[in-house]
Amino acid sequence: MMLEAVFFYTFTSTMIFAALLVVFSRQPVYSVLSLLVVMFCLSALFIMLGAFFMAALQILLYAGAVLVLFLFVMMLLNLQPEALARMRVFTLRTVGTAGAAVWCALMWKLFVSTHPANPLSQIPPPAGLVEPIGRLLFTRYLLPFELVSFIILAAIIGAVTLGKQERSSK
Amino acid sequence: MITLNHYLLASALLFAIGLMGIMTRRNVIMILLCIEIMFNAANLAFIAYARALGDLGGQIMVFFIIIVAAAEVTVGLAIAILLSRQLKTLNADEISFLKW
Repeated sequence: MMLEAVFFYTFTSTMIFAALLVVFSRQPVYSVLSLLVVMFCLSALFIMLGAFFMAALQILLYAGAVLVLFLFVMMLLNLQPEALARMRVFTLRTVGTAGAAVWCALMWKLFVSTHPANPLSQIPPPAGLVEPIGRLLFTRYLLPFELVSFIILAAIIGAVTLGKQERSSK
Repeated sequence: MITLNHYLLASALLFAIGLMGIMTRRNVIMILLCIEIMFNAANLAFIAYARALGDLGGQIMVFFIIIVAAAEVTVGLAIAILLSRQLKTLNADEISFLKW
């Protein structure tokens, strides 16, 4: 019981800190590496919530594929650290921070008022292993599972088309 | 005692940080990164509810969200490369040819 709280607060604070680093660091590569830390902390939280397969997918797909793609594009484009007029940065940052703070306060109120607090450890966890998830995917969620392959296909064709058009028009 | 509310609050915080990033950063690739943070905040909420309700449906939904996010990143980064080649900029303030 105690251990759960220790793990939760460790991973959550690391995650929030890394997410803030993603937003505020000037070097794009540092942002991507901080996002990597966010992904690993999130997958640790997923494991604590009993979603073992999703935790593995999170690391494989996000850390392994998506972030590597981001890094490739950054190396390709040779990004410079952002340089903006000081005033613009200041106004944007103030507005964004105030908006996010108000939104966060509203969420806090909402959660505290509506949900009765019963500890998660008293509820039996769902088995987030490969077999039950695979069974569900191929029975109840078969149609969305097949449709999602069209999204992937469309994304691949779109990316190839976007990349190719440039060369022919030049 | 860790309850559902704790996880939902962590998710809301993560979402707010992503939102703040989208509002403050002007680089297209940075905006895409912050969208990834927001996707992950939603994933955390889904998985927390799957745990609290004892239902695997939330985890299946996260599976689909991860796939859609991967597709979104692929197309988004292709557009970013195209922008930097044709307009020579990645600053979202300067890319305004769709405004008129």
